[in-house]
Amino acid sequence: MTDNKLINLVNITKSYGDNIVLDDLNLYIRENEFVTLLGPSGCGKTTTLRIIGGFETPDKGQVIFEGKDITKLPPNERQVNTVFQKYALFNHMTVAENIAFGLKIKKKSKAYIQDKIKYALKLVNLDGYENRMPDSLSGGQQQRIAIARAIVNEPKVLLLDEPLGALDLKLRQDMQYELIRLKNELGITFVYVTHDQEEALTMSDTIVVMNQGYIQQIGTPEEIYNEPKNAFVADFIGDSNIFPGIMVEDKLVNIFGVNFVCVDTGFGHNKPVDVVIRPEDIDLVKPDDGIIKGVVTSLIFKGVHYEMEVHACDHDWLVHSTDLFPVGTEVGIWVDPFDIQIMNKPESEDEEAVEVEL
Amino acid sequence: MKIRNILKNRTPRSPLNKNTTGPNMPKARWLSFPYMIWMTGFIIIPLIVIIYYGLTNQDNNFTLDNVALILDPMNLKALGQAFELSLVSTVICLLLAYPLAMILSKSKMNSTNFIVMIIILPMWMNFLLRTIAWQNILEKTGIINTVLKFFKLPAVNIINTPAAIILGMVYNFLPFMVLPIYNVMIKIDQDVINAARDLGANGVQTFLKIILPLSIPGVISGITMVFVPSLTTFVISAILGGNKIVLIGNVIEQQFRVGNWHAGSGMSLVLMIFILISMAILSKYDKEGSSLW
Repeated sequence: MTDNKLINLVNITKSYGDNIVLDDLNLYIRENEFVTLLGPSGCGKTTTLRIIGGFETPDKGQVIFEGKDITKLPPNERQVNTVFQKYALFNHMTVAENIAFGLKIKKKSKAYIQDKIKYALKLVNLDGYENRMPDSLSGGQQQRIAIARAIVNEPKVLLLDEPLGALDLKLRQDMQYELIRLKNELGITFVYVTHDQEEALTMSDTIVVMNQGYIQQIGTPEEIYNEPKNAFVADFIGDSNIFPGIMVEDKLVNIFGVNFVCVDTGFGHNKPVDVVIRPEDIDLVKPDDGIIKGVVTSLIFKGVHYEMEVHACDHDWLVHSTDLFPVGTEVGIWVDPFDIQIMNKPESEDEEAVEVEL
Repeated sequence: MKIRNILKNRTPRSPLNKNTTGPNMPKARWLSFPYMIWMTGFIIIPLIVIIYYGLTNQDNNFTLDNVALILDPMNLKALGQAFELSLVSTVICLLLAYPLAMILSKSKMNSTNFIVMIIILPMWMNFLLRTIAWQNILEKTGIINTVLKFFKLPAVNIINTPAAIILGMVYNFLPFMVLPIYNVMIKIDQDVINAARDLGANGVQTFLKIILPLSIPGVISGITMVFVPSLTTFVISAILGGNKIVLIGNVIEQQFRVGNWHAGSGMSLVLMIFILISMAILSKYDKEGSSLW
C-alpha cells in the first residue's frame, strides 16, 4: 500500500433543507485500499459515496481525485464506477449488453468488448450467462452482474453502496470473500458503504466509522475493535460494556466505586471518562478471586460461546465465555488491565454518542 | 390462510367431487362471475351481433357486400382522412405528453400531484360539452376572433378545417397519453439512470439508451389510447368539422342513423380489423409487453 492519496475529500458539507447530512468532513483514500464507510442509517455514509461518484454535489468543500478538483465533474467524466444497492441493472438488456454498456459508450472495438464480457463474467463466476435477462437471475447473480458491469470499465476506484444488503446471510458471507478476492485480483481501490459491522471488519483495510455526518474514528479493523475512540464506536462495533468511570490517576480507573488497574495514561486526575470492556474480555472466576463479586442473572447459548449477564455493583455486565455458569451462581469478575479501554467523555453535543439499534 | 383455503378447495376437483358450485365454490372464481356476465352481455354478444349484421343483408343471407362498402371511393377517403388526422393528433399528443411526463416524473415538488390533477381535471367534464366549447371558441364569430377583431387583427378561420379536428382530438385525448407515460417514468429507478451516467453515458445517451426504451410500454399504451378513439370518433369531426370533413366514424354513424345496420356493421368490422392490425404492428415494438395489450 502506497501513501498516495487517490481521493481527498476536503471540508465537505452537505445538507438537505434543514437536515445537515455531512458537516465539514475530511477524508482521504489511498490507492489500492479497501475503505469501508460504516455507520447507522442516516450517518452520511451513502451521501459521501454519492459525492465521490458525482451523483450529489457538496454544498461546500472539494473532491480531489489524483490531485485534480473534480467537485463539479458529472459522473460520466469520473474515473470511478459504482455498484448500487439494488443492482440498478438495465432490465431491457441482456447480461452481455449490460456489461458492454460502458464500453460501447467509450466506442471500444467489438472484439475488445467480447473479450471483456468473457473476462468479467469469469471473474464473477457467471460464465455462460451472456444472453440471460437480468430479471431471470437471483439477487446474488444480479449483484455479480452489476459488479462485472462496473469493473469492465477499469475504474481506478470502485464504489459499492451496501451491495450485499439485499442478500441473505449465507450468500452475503460468500460474497464477502468474493469481493476480497476481486479486490486483490483487480488491484484497485474499493470504497464500500455498509451498516454491517461484521462485513466491515471482515473485508476492510481501513474502516471509517461515521455518525450524524461526522467521522467518529478512522482505523484498521483491529484498531476500531480493540481501541474504540468513543462510546459510539465501541457500541456500534460488536457488543460491549460501556460504563461511566473516573480516571483516578494514570493506570487506575474507578468504576462504580471500585478501582480497576488499566494501562491507559494521560487522562489526568479524577477525570470522568467512559470505560469500555468487551464481553469476551471479562473472565468469570471464583467469587473471592475476582475484582468484584456478582450473580449470574441470565444465560443464553450462542453456539460458539455462552452469553451471560452478571449483576454486580448494581449494574449488568455482559459476559461471553465458553465456560458455563448457571443462573444464580455467585461469581467473581476479573478483567486484565490491557482489556480495559478508557475513552474521553464526548465534549460537545456533536460528538455525543447516540443509542444504536442493531 | 386464505390462500391455503383456495388451494384446498381447488385440489379435490375429481369427477367424484362435483360440488364445485354453490357455497363451496372457490372464492376467487366466484368473485369473477359478475365480470363474466358483464363481458358476455355487453362485449361478446354485441360483438356477435355486429359480426352477424355486418355479414348479412336485409334478407338475412350471408354477404360480403357490407364489408366491401369500404372500397367505395367516398368511404375509402373517409377512412384515409380519419387515419391521417388521428395519426397527426397521436404524434402531436406524443410530442406534447412525453416531455411533460418526463418533467413531472423527475420533479420532486409537492406540486406534481397538483399538475397531474390539472391534466386529469378536464376528463371530469362532459366530453361533448368540452368539444362544443371549442366550437364556440373557434367559430368565425367565436371568442378567438372576437379578441382578434378587438385588436384589429385579421380573423383566423380554423373551424371546419382538419386543424380544428386535430385540435379537438389533441385536447380531448392528451391526458390519455400523459398518464401512461408518466406512470412508467416514475417507476424508472433513479439509480438505473445514475448507473448509466456512472458508466460514462452523457445526458443524451442516457435518454436514448435507458429512459426511452424503458418508457416504451407507456408510450405504446398512450398511442393506443389516443389513436383508437381518434380514429373512430364522429363527435369531434361533426362538431368541429361542421360535416364538411367526413371521417370513417361519421360514415358509420350515418348508416346507423338511416337505419342501415348492415352497412354500418360491415364497415365497423373493417375498422375493427384495421385497429387490430395497427395494434399488432405497434406491439412488435414493445418487447416488455405493455400494461394495456
